[in-house]
Amino acid sequence: MKLLSLKNVSKNFGALKVTDDVSFTLNEGEALGIIGPNGAGKSTLFNLITGSLNVAAGTIEYDGVDITRSSAAARCLSGIGRSFQIPQPFEKLTVFENLVVAASFGRNLNEAEVTDDCVEILEKTELIGKANAIAGSLSLLERKRLELARAMSTQPKLLLLDEIAGGLTDGECLALVDTIRAIHKDGVSIIWIEHVLHALNSVVERLLVLDFGRVIEQGEPQNVMNSPEVKKIYLGIDI
Amino acid sequence: MSQSSKYSVETKTRTSSIFGICLILLVILAVFVPALVSRSVLQDLFFILTMLVLAQFWNLLAGYGGLVSVGQQAFVGIGSYIFFGAIILWGVNPVPAVLLGGLAALALAVPIAFFAFRLQGAYFAIGTWVCAEVTRLIVAQWKQVGGGTGTSMPRDARKEMWGSEWIAQVFDVRASAALDILAYWLALVLVVLTIGGIYWLLRTKRGLGLAAVRDNLEAAESVGVGATRMKWVVFLVSAFGTGLTGAIIYLQKARISPDAAFSLVDWTAFVLFIVVIGGIGTIEGPIIGVLVLFTLQSLFADYGTWYLILLGASGIFVMLFAPRGIWGMITDKTGLQLFPIRRRLTISNKNNEKKGNENG
Ligand SMILES: Nc1ncnc2c1ncn2[C@@H]1O[C@H](COP(=O)(O)OP(=O)(O)OP(=O)(O)O)[C@@H](O)[C@H]1O
Ligand SMILES: [Mg+2]
Repeated sequence: MKLLSLKNVSKNFGALKVTDDVSFTLNEGEALGIIGPNGAGKSTLFNLITGSLNVAAGTIEYDGVDITRSSAAARCLSGIGRSFQIPQPFEKLTVFENLVVAASFGRNLNEAEVTDDCVEILEKTELIGKANAIAGSLSLLERKRLELARAMSTQPKLLLLDEIAGGLTDGECLALVDTIRAIHKDGVSIIWIEHVLHALNSVVERLLVLDFGRVIEQGEPQNVMNSPEVKKIYLGIDI
Repeated sequence: MSQSSKYSVETKTRTSSIFGICLILLVILAVFVPALVSRSVLQDLFFILTMLVLAQFWNLLAGYGGLVSVGQQAFVGIGSYIFFGAIILWGVNPVPAVLLGGLAALALAVPIAFFAFRLQGAYFAIGTWVCAEVTRLIVAQWKQVGGGTGTSMPRDARKEMWGSEWIAQVFDVRASAALDILAYWLALVLVVLTIGGIYWLLRTKRGLGLAAVRDNLEAAESVGVGATRMKWVVFLVSAFGTGLTGAIIYLQKARISPDAAFSLVDWTAFVLFIVVIGGIGTIEGPIIGVLVLFTLQSLFADYGTWYLILLGASGIFVMLFAPRGIWGMITDKTGLQLFPIRRRLTISNKNNEKKGNENG
């Protein structure tokens, strides 16, 4: 069953074409990895899917509904959750409150109804000890965890993760991969942008490669990594 | 699940409970103040109360909604003018006419929001100011309420004002003093409703969403907070409250003119000063700020222009060295919260209570 499909989606910032006629589909329960060099337009693609940005052309369909013109909040309520590449916590709220906002608004529930779920997520993401700390005071690692925790709090059907493993140590990265795999196993569909390829490839079933805003390759990770086009881009980078 | 019995969420702190009780006593005392103080003190208190309400609403707008409006004088102006218009043209009693002033401001806020919400940041600020100027120019054409020169409240209206006769009898004062007492009480009611209402709002789910919008609009929308609707609500509520305050201010002054009622300095600059000095984004901040403004005003108001320069300079000083205002400095040092809105996750173990971590 198709969950998300983009048809001929384009976006430009002035003269700069950052998303160029992108089409792809994601099936329910699937995990898709997106790779590509810096500035390829990966984060922009997420912003288009979540509604942070509006497309210049093309359509986005989610769960059988055309969401091309829906607001970001409406898309979240329909089940699209995301993390930001540069963590965007609610700085003056506590870690716990960050999750409560996401859980109560993102699922349209009362505050009291989401306490238990928020606690559970805090425990899973090892943030429970920081529950009452002001989000603005967190370290980078904690901020990254908060990004994931907050996105999980909205209980998404489709989770978009933007370079969540960047800057982590190997141990932290392994723990993160476990968490993401567990989320995936619960039936959540995932699109994951990542430069840390070994982490990415241990979770996703399919890879999509972006360059200059265009999809240049997609398919099974093994085949994609071996394609000449991709090798050219990643030339000299140890994968 | 096992967690449900282990965790609870709390907002109250012991200090805040004590403070709450003190506050209730203070309000009760404030009701009887007219019997205890001179008329000039009462007028000072009236100034403090009304400025406090304006500051609380501007703080809701800018500190929580991220809507830095410098056109709040539009709502003071239209509120007070419709208040006067209702008295003079339709013979409405001044007390219910206050409500009409608030509703007029609410009505004006709708077109202003449609226009100003299309603008971002500094352009939004300028947009609101332009709207206020346009409203002033239009109101100045309204001949029945004195056009550009303004007018006074009719003698009959002052005499027949609900409650004024009773006040004059009970306090044994003349009609003009009775008007001050009535205005003071109305302002007191408005302060209690405003602070109570804002505090209630901030403790609800909506208030949490508003704080999220304040901190990060894009992230707030990404977790399902309808930021646009939130901004509308805040803008309309602030306009309504500001309009009511305008009407009450001119009930006390009993004389109105477009330049005074739509004054940028009186109804926006001073208000901005109060919030910035006291601490933006908090309920406590404006309370401290209005006391600072009043103190400076009593000490230096005779110096005219120099007084305004002093205000501006101290505002800039605070912005540079204590960007979160006086109250921000206090909370940073002490962790004090008088109107607590933090939801603290409390972990209750079998033997004793243990808090999640830091902050109280
Ligand atoms: N709001 C914006 N206005 C103008 N240009 C932008 C904006 N956002 C992104 N860009 C530009 O669009 C291009 C694509 O940016 P994007 O963030 O999508 O890349 P990316 O693939 O996520 O890169 P990275 O791997 O570094 O995160 C870049 O050249 C960037 O500078
Ligand atoms: Mg990116």
